[in-house]
Amino acid sequence: MSNADPRDELVEHLPAMRAFAISLTRNGSLADDMVQDTVVKAWTNIEKFQPGTNMRAWLFTILRNTYYSSRRKSNREVSDVDGVFTEGLAEKPAHDGHLQMMDFREALAKLKVEQREALLLIGASGFSYEEAAEMCGVAVGTIKSRTNRARAQLAELMGLKEDEAMEMTDDATMSVLSASRVSNF
Amino acid sequence: MTGQRQDKAREGVIDENLKRVYHEAMEEGIPDRFKDLLEQLKRQDADQEAKR
Repeated sequence: MSNADPRDELVEHLPAMRAFAISLTRNGSLADDMVQDTVVKAWTNIEKFQPGTNMRAWLFTILRNTYYSSRRKSNREVSDVDGVFTEGLAEKPAHDGHLQMMDFREALAKLKVEQREALLLIGASGFSYEEAAEMCGVAVGTIKSRTNRARAQLAELMGLKEDEAMEMTDDATMSVLSASRVSNF
Repeated sequence: MTGQRQDKAREGVIDENLKRVYHEAMEEGIPDRFKDLLEQLKRQDADQEAKR
């Protein structure tokens, strides 16, 4: 038996698991239930985790399996029951970034779940294409095309026309963007 | 070539928004139920250990 119990690490991954679950389901209470189920499964099956491998990837695999099996059970797209998205938006001050942000959330919610998932894993959670492919049980190319399609569809839904996108590359905008950049999770 | 640059710019805007949404969820912190749950799981294990 090794000294370090991998279960002690679980708590470190909770914020990322919640962020993924909330972004995927758009439903705060459902997301928390999913994370809770995942923690219990991980805790009781910890001997299946191989020490030295990526624990976050292992946890996310359990988390997404939990999500898809609950979706199969309810056999319907889960709705924004407690209005986690819309509520959060109403409380925000109407600064300049607000409109764009709202558009983005609405657009994100419109994506097919597989596309949203791929984009969240790659674009926000910081997994590699290979890791995401393994988690989702699909080919690397499938993850790449889902991510690309997700980005293209978001751009279309947000009305990011080519000239507007070009404006976003001017120096002032880019420095604002880099200043607020969150690189690691 | 311009098309590629525009794609990159769009991708940047999208990923920036994505990270902001994600980060906001991370910032919310962890509800107490998860701390309680972990405590409970630890206690269960300790109880089982004691019975052996």
